[in-house]
Amino acid sequence: MALNNLDTLYRQVIMDHYKNPRNKGTLEKESVTVDMNNPTCGDRIQLQLDVQDGIVKDAKFQGEGCSISMASASMMTQAIKGMEVEAALKMSEAFSEMMLGHDVDSEEMGDIEALQGVSKFPARIKCATLAWKAMEKGVHNE
Amino acid sequence: MDIKAIKEQFPILQQEVNGHPLVYLDSSATSQKPIQVIEAVNDYYKQNNSNVHRGVHTLGSRATDQYEGAREKIREFINAGSTKEIIFNRGTTAGLNLVASSYARDNVGPDDEIVITPMEHHSNLIPWQQVAKVTGARLVYLPLQEDGSILLDDVKNIVNEKTKIVAITHVSNVLGTINPIKEIAEIAHQHQAVMVVDGAQGAPHINVDVQDIDCDFYAFSGHKMCGPTGIGVLYGKQELLENMEPIEFGGEMIDFVNLHDSTWKELPWKFEGGTPIIAGAIGLAAAIDFLQEVGQDEILAHETELAAYALEQMRTIDGIQLYGPEKRAGLVTFNLDDVHPHDTATVLDAEGIAVRAGHHCAQPLMKWLDVTATARASFYLYNTKEDIDLLVAGLLKTKEYFGNGFE
Repeated sequence: MALNNLDTLYRQVIMDHYKNPRNKGTLEKESVTVDMNNPTCGDRIQLQLDVQDGIVKDAKFQGEGCSISMASASMMTQAIKGMEVEAALKMSEAFSEMMLGHDVDSEEMGDIEALQGVSKFPARIKCATLAWKAMEKGVHNE
Repeated sequence: MDIKAIKEQFPILQQEVNGHPLVYLDSSATSQKPIQVIEAVNDYYKQNNSNVHRGVHTLGSRATDQYEGAREKIREFINAGSTKEIIFNRGTTAGLNLVASSYARDNVGPDDEIVITPMEHHSNLIPWQQVAKVTGARLVYLPLQEDGSILLDDVKNIVNEKTKIVAITHVSNVLGTINPIKEIAEIAHQHQAVMVVDGAQGAPHINVDVQDIDCDFYAFSGHKMCGPTGIGVLYGKQELLENMEPIEFGGEMIDFVNLHDSTWKELPWKFEGGTPIIAGAIGLAAAIDFLQEVGQDEILAHETELAAYALEQMRTIDGIQLYGPEKRAGLVTFNLDDVHPHDTATVLDAEGIAVRAGHHCAQPLMKWLDVTATARASFYLYNTKEDIDLLVAGLLKTKEYFGNGFE
């Protein structure tokens, strides 16, 4: 595998989210806070969700991790803002499917589809799913 | 040492990974196995497989002879006084847990202290945390110097009459620090504490003489020293082991069994409940033959040279952080600025280079280093300076890949 094959993993849009993360920080409002880590590698994320009337009003995250885990968190928070909880959970399901290499509706996924390449790097799938698992936990706790 | 000839004895190293010849730099996680070890395990299953210590039949005798022969081989390898002091188990973690769950719980009380270091692998940390929780003893940490070494003066100041156990790694799996375990054991003994050594990164690389070190327990794993996974060894001084209770009960380890109580076999079998890891022990014996044929001192000298060369070469890379002391075992832990170690490891993997990335089962040490994760290249007898040159070239490519094109 030549280095340019890595481009299937490190797509431009992923690197953009990694270097310029959206929704990084903490919510001022009282909100659901979820801490989650990937014990095998040390990546960690704190996700805060402001859920009102079944809708994710706001989402912010902080954490430390690789490009894939941080970009995924950035994209996820961007995607679920304004979404109904049920729709966010459905999207998380679709994301898991995508990580298994299954085809998903690319229009619904938007930018997130850039992470599809991760499915070809099994060692990195857990990096990509961390933020999504945190979101699932958060809305279930809510 | 003819590295080319040695490398040829490792079938796994003759392959390409992602279109490049494999450069395996993760031996601290697990070493590769020479053909002699693979064949010893294979031959055992093809010709002698049988349960040990019970069959009257010929295969049973052969298996028992091989299994107990392996024990004698290991006794000699670490210069223990008796095979009663050699307990087979599934690895360093199991050995340290046996000491913690048996010896420590019976000999450590509420006001006592257990001395460890922040550089311990979780396997030589969490068992002691648990002992402290159950007994009410205090876990005391020796401070580390800036380069990750331990000062004997600190050991002298911290170990006292309350200290019942001093548990320290022989070699740090992250920093490569080689700890002065013989001197620390002496200090521990001045205060009647027992000295427990995590030898997972020690025995594979350093000629260990447990009588010279005078440690009370020394635990190590077969898979890090060219042997199979699933086999490990706990050395313990006979007088201590005699007074310890088993923690696993069942077949193999009993003497007489009555309806309401039982008695245990003599050492070392009272600690080997259940059918033991026969093939693993035989494979480990073959690994020791292999290492001794190459020469343990030669192996250490080779690794030390590789580590020094790696430090020298890696230092030439702009924006690299190197962790650990100058004088070290055969590994280098590092980070590239602004590139997460997972990403570094993924790019290197695309070049056929296998390194470890993560917290290396040493989260307190990561905190001490003020990082969440690092990358690590670790060397063994089959590695060469060319491997390190390829690593350095791979790291330069990583920097380029992450530095350019994404801004």
